[in-house]
Amino acid sequence: MSGSFSWNLLADLKDMWSLAFMVNAFRAGTIAAVLAGPVGWFMVIRRQNFAGHTLAVVGFPGAAGAIWAGVSIAYGYFAFCLLGALAIAILPGSGGGSDGSAGRGDDADASAITGTVQAFVLATGMAFLAWYGGFLDSATSLLFGSFLGITTSQVTVLAAVAVMSVAGLGLIGRALLFASIDPYVARARGLPTRWLGFGFLVLLAVTVAEVGQITGALLVFALLVLPAATAQRLTARPGLGVAVSVVLAVVTVWTALFVGYYSPYPIGFWLTSVAFAGYVAAHAGGHVRDRLATRTPRRPAPAVAR
Amino acid sequence: MFSHVFMQHAFLAGTAVGLAAGLVGYFLVLRAQVFTADALSHVAFTGALAGLAMGLDARVGLFAVTILVALGMGALGRRARPGDVVVGGVFAWILGLGVFFLTLYTTKRSGSGDGAAGVRVLFGSIYGLSATDTAVAVGVAMTIAVAVVGIARPLLFATLDEHVAAARGVPVRVLGYGFLALTGATAAESTQVVGALLILGLLAAPAGAARRVTTRPLAGLAVSAAIAVGSVWIGLTVSYLVPKTPPSFAILSTATATYLMVIAGSSLWAGRRHESDRRDPLQPGPIHGVPETAR
Repeated sequence: MSGSFSWNLLADLKDMWSLAFMVNAFRAGTIAAVLAGPVGWFMVIRRQNFAGHTLAVVGFPGAAGAIWAGVSIAYGYFAFCLLGALAIAILPGSGGGSDGSAGRGDDADASAITGTVQAFVLATGMAFLAWYGGFLDSATSLLFGSFLGITTSQVTVLAAVAVMSVAGLGLIGRALLFASIDPYVARARGLPTRWLGFGFLVLLAVTVAEVGQITGALLVFALLVLPAATAQRLTARPGLGVAVSVVLAVVTVWTALFVGYYSPYPIGFWLTSVAFAGYVAAHAGGHVRDRLATRTPRRPAPAVAR
Repeated sequence: MFSHVFMQHAFLAGTAVGLAAGLVGYFLVLRAQVFTADALSHVAFTGALAGLAMGLDARVGLFAVTILVALGMGALGRRARPGDVVVGGVFAWILGLGVFFLTLYTTKRSGSGDGAAGVRVLFGSIYGLSATDTAVAVGVAMTIAVAVVGIARPLLFATLDEHVAAARGVPVRVLGYGFLALTGATAAESTQVVGALLILGLLAAPAGAARRVTTRPLAGLAVSAAIAVGSVWIGLTVSYLVPKTPPSFAILSTATATYLMVIAGSSLWAGRRHESDRRDPLQPGPIHGVPETAR
């Protein structure tokens, strides 16, 4: 971007926030991160990364179609992501991850369907843009995000949807956790695991639509998977894990925006790099800790006092 | 239609790539590794742009980066089968790198390069293939196809029953790595034809359809390749006849439509026949002599 960096970070922040578009970028980024933290955590627990990525990609033709039709991009994202969630939930064999019915054969079918949906949807988005005409710039910014064009009204919509989604996740959170970790026992205890799975897919779609508006359809993963995976490497406790995931996501967004503002390279690159660095660091730290932990208790027990 | 040189090239390269994608895709679906292929196709994007940004031929970057990352992901996973989170994490970052190279390429080399490079890599440019491009594409695709057919039997064994295969002396790990490398090569290869983002459809849809048409693995392999090649042919023809249709879109629509029809057809078929007739041989069959209710 622009601006000259000084080592006085507070002055830097002040300088950045004197620009309306940067303030909006920080607001929208924070909202998306707060939502992506918990939803991503559940997504990683439920092993629905592929579904998450596909939903993210579905947002691309949504946005492209919105441009083509001349309406706000936000509506295109929400509409298409929700439709994508429905399609993934309804199509045979792809009951949305761990609802307990999936054997190996079903897995193979489900992934083939998800993959086909994804590729087809991308091709549709590309056709929309080709018909629209303004191919180059829009494709790149829809796929890889543009933090810098976020308007105040867009931020309001993002915030309202995020509040509803977090509330929804809070409502089904406990049951969903149970259903994700042990679907068979959960079903035996009378939990509606199918409906929970479907509800989560809808939440995932909404989250992906929100995050996608900022990071672009292809880089949603940086905020969904990486902070959550890092958090799960750090702690196994659910409540703490969700909290860590949120904090990591917010820190990632802020760092990326800060660095991105002062560097010539795109924000998507910094976002993924910061998040990935955290993931690698957590893994490396975990390995070192495991080594130490296995080494210390294996010390021979002190001989009985003579 | 075939009087145009670019159409001849497109058909030649498209056929070869469709063949390779159909064969590799069938195993990808059987091994439930479609997500890995998805990640690798995005890696192909980064590889091509890295090659361009460094001033090399895009193909050098494509193949080198894609195959290396494929092997790397195998190393991170268990028995050369990378886990979900590893794949997701790696490919989020790789895509970020791709954007970085895209910026590098478009800003630094704006004189020689062009801004369309990124879009071309993402969505393919089958009509832009030169004679050498076509020759290379056909050569590589044929090598991939021959390699897949060559390792088909042991790979099938290792896929269906990893432990028994390992016990019988099948090199499960080596096969896993070899297959990942082939997948990487296919992703890189197909990038020129349908584009990095869309190759997944050519890998997943024909294979998914083939799995529903026949349960015999070798026949499935052939059906999958046939559907992939057919999709390419129909797609190219449609995009030639309807001028404003991008070729990749037409190819993928054909593949998707085929898959949908097969799903619909096989559900109807299954409804008419007895449940046991459409049993998947890859799943344990009924135990003979034991009544249905006793199991």
